[in-house]
Amino acid sequence: MAQPQIRKPIEGFFDNKKFLHPKFAANYGNWKYHDRPRPGVLHHVSNTGDEVWSVRAGTQRQMDHYTVRKLCDIVDNFGEGFCRFTIRSNIEIPVSSEAKVAPLVAELENNGFPVGGTGNSVSMVAHTQGWLHCDIPGTDASGVVKSMMDGLIEEFKHEEMPNRVRLSTSCCEINCGGQADIAVVVQYTKPPKINHDLVAAICERPTVVARCPVAAIRPTIVNGRPSLEVDEKKCVCCGACYPPCPPMQINDREGNKIAIWVGGKNSNARSKPTFHKLVAAGLPNNAPRWPEVNAVVKKILMAYKEDGRPWERMADWIDRIGWPRFFEKTGLPFTKYMIDDWRGGRVNLNASAHVRF
Amino acid sequence: MAKPMHDTPNLDELEKGPWPSFVTGLKRLAKENDMAVDLLGQLEHSYQTRLGHWKGGTLGVVGYGGGVIPRFSEIKNPDGSYRFPDAGEFHTLRIMPPAGMHYDTGTLRQLCDVWQKHGSGLIALHGQSGDIMFQGASSENVQKAFDEFNEMGFDLGGAGPALRTSASCIGAARCEQSCYDEARTHHLVINKFLDELHRPALPYKFKFKFSGCPNDCMNSIQRSDFATIGTWRDNIRTDEALAKKWFAKHGMNELVNDVIGMCPTRAIQIKDAGAVAKDGHVSSVNVSDTQALEIDNKSCVRCMHCINVMTGALQVGKDKGVTILIGGKSVLKIGATMGSVIVPFMPLNTDEDYENYLDLAQRVMDFFAENALEHERTGEMIERIGLANFLEGIEVDIDPNMINRPRMNPYTNMVGWDEEVAKAEARKAAA
Ligand code: HEM
Ligand code: SF4
Ligand code: SF4
Ligand code: SF4
Ligand code: SF4
Repeated sequence: MAQPQIRKPIEGFFDNKKFLHPKFAANYGNWKYHDRPRPGVLHHVSNTGDEVWSVRAGTQRQMDHYTVRKLCDIVDNFGEGFCRFTIRSNIEIPVSSEAKVAPLVAELENNGFPVGGTGNSVSMVAHTQGWLHCDIPGTDASGVVKSMMDGLIEEFKHEEMPNRVRLSTSCCEINCGGQADIAVVVQYTKPPKINHDLVAAICERPTVVARCPVAAIRPTIVNGRPSLEVDEKKCVCCGACYPPCPPMQINDREGNKIAIWVGGKNSNARSKPTFHKLVAAGLPNNAPRWPEVNAVVKKILMAYKEDGRPWERMADWIDRIGWPRFFEKTGLPFTKYMIDDWRGGRVNLNASAHVRF
Repeated sequence: MAKPMHDTPNLDELEKGPWPSFVTGLKRLAKENDMAVDLLGQLEHSYQTRLGHWKGGTLGVVGYGGGVIPRFSEIKNPDGSYRFPDAGEFHTLRIMPPAGMHYDTGTLRQLCDVWQKHGSGLIALHGQSGDIMFQGASSENVQKAFDEFNEMGFDLGGAGPALRTSASCIGAARCEQSCYDEARTHHLVINKFLDELHRPALPYKFKFKFSGCPNDCMNSIQRSDFATIGTWRDNIRTDEALAKKWFAKHGMNELVNDVIGMCPTRAIQIKDAGAVAKDGHVSSVNVSDTQALEIDNKSCVRCMHCINVMTGALQVGKDKGVTILIGGKSVLKIGATMGSVIVPFMPLNTDEDYENYLDLAQRVMDFFAENALEHERTGEMIERIGLANFLEGIEVDIDPNMINRPRMNPYTNMVGWDEEVAKAEARKAAA
């Protein structure tokens, strides 16, 4: 019998030029300014006077091929054969005349793709894999996001926030979803439960010991077999030992909680970039629609919407009003767990007489 | 026709509401595809138990050490067989999209065809690192799917202790703030380090990200080891017609409150038209017949705020290039760290500029490969060895733009002070 031929991969990353809308290609590096004729539509003008309108719409990110094909039909029939995606899974469809914008918007909306996500709106949530596909998830990703965006769709379709709002969710403390104005992140509350029968066979023990940020893991012998033990007084329940050693199960039906962090900002505009900060925890991992989490997210957003000044991102707003008023306006309890005691954490204490009353 | 559906009372709840539903999409797939039927069964089981039920493994394509994420179901019957057999193997292929995630519909449809044939039909556009994630192939079909994607010109992304897939902003293709060719740089970097991408042999993951300006739409400072951010050295450009148009629409209150008052370094002032400073470092523009904006470009930190607010009226300069920051990463293990400035400015226009840039990237990659401990990111390595040692290792001179402020404690041995002063004088003379 003939051996099947082994195909060698063609390695390399190809040029993106042939995928660019002709207006993007013709004015590459030569744009002058843009404005937004309505939420969800960007209008760019080049130095030569060329114009392009891009219509942005939300998607579910995890798409069946029918959805992708439906979007292709819309692009072919109402756009000009080209599209792109933003890092937050929104589709952008460019057209070269203003007259095509309204029919394209209508077609997207008629097919259930909300048009928006531009400027000072709440854009789609940057998210992760969750129960659908990760091997270590503490919760789902797409389901949390779906329930959250159902409640925020009007904020996606309108530009009524002080500045743009970028959200993320992460289904473990590794935080693949990333920094955000509001980030929803799993928080473990119990140390790992160790299955001592499996550790010796599955885990490289020195590697696992080295993974722990607080040196809480020690090699030990259980029932005559090499295993690992955790000093539960030291353990900060971060879950870092779990990926390299699955028998150290960190996930727990009741112990997995959800925390909310605010004021992360990646842009350099005005203030320097900042990481998000903890403002709520202990929320239940309440599948399938996580109402408690969504209620807190909404409360924070509405306080910001009401009180933020134009162009203030969440972080800028809190810088102005201060943390005491943030907790007052959102009604969230301030607890001792919000006082940073990690390495270098003293820089987060108020070493001044600047006190707000 | 596929096999009958499992009951999915929890997932059904996620078909309600106005946002597009991934569950509805999965159910569409389940009409033709048994894998999608069992995926729904497995996911519903997760919703009921509130636990994940996948485990990893090893699997790849011929010639590569990474890029496929293997997943095997852990939900078994008492006899050890899979409870959801058609989703028992449910692997993901990470495929690198065109830079900027641009597509033509022909290509998208062809990608759909391949994945309909060899996979579950479920596609994530896109993963947080920037890959197209084709989710759900059996072990047998991984190679077949990859071969077809690869024939189309697509290549696998990174996974494991390797160079990872990069991401670049839309930049030059449609954004007036773009200060360099993000896509070209992105291509050159990936193609230079294909070996590091496909054959994981680094101490840990390494990520590049490319943003065309300090708005940093790619979140490169917080999410990449090597952030390349466009910037400019000369003055902010102005356009009087657009400035007057902006002012006519927004008025003095917004100009003062939203533009001048929000500049982080107080570099902008309002002046009487005709009374602006005539200095080579000042940009000015009349917003009306009586008032003008004056920007002191020596104090401007290129934060982008005023340019964002008054797009077109204020524009990035002409002497463009990039700022490079190294060491960004997420929480494990020392806590999240941001990249910090390693190169305040580097032009990126000529072929020679690109060579210099790629040389630097190579030196950083080599230093990381040789000096990082296992499972240590660049940020952790720099924290362990100190920035000065890292700079020496990659042959980059120190610069006061690298710090927020000088040291605030005396705990170091300064016996080499005089030599360092001599070096500082030499740098000044060479500049
Ligand atoms: C078993 C372990 C892990 C799995 C299965 C996993 C899975 C993933 C996946 C699927 C993505 C999106 C990839 C894409 O865009 O194609 C991702 C991104 C990411 N992962 Fe993980 N991950 C794991 C471990 C880690 C660890 C240990 C860290 C941090 C130390 C980490 C940090 C991140 C970050 C920060 C991102 C976002 C990257 C970006 O924005 O560029 N992950 N991960
Ligand atoms: S955040 Fe954690 S659980 Fe979620 S996809 Fe990333 S590694 Fe997996
Ligand atoms: S959960 Fe984190 S702190 Fe606890 S033992 Fe594991 S690695 Fe250490
Ligand atoms: S990073 Fe700057 S250049 Fe790139 S898309 Fe964002 S605003 Fe435009
Ligand atoms: S870009 Fe410069 S002048 Fe404009 S707000 Fe930022 S620091 Fe001020």
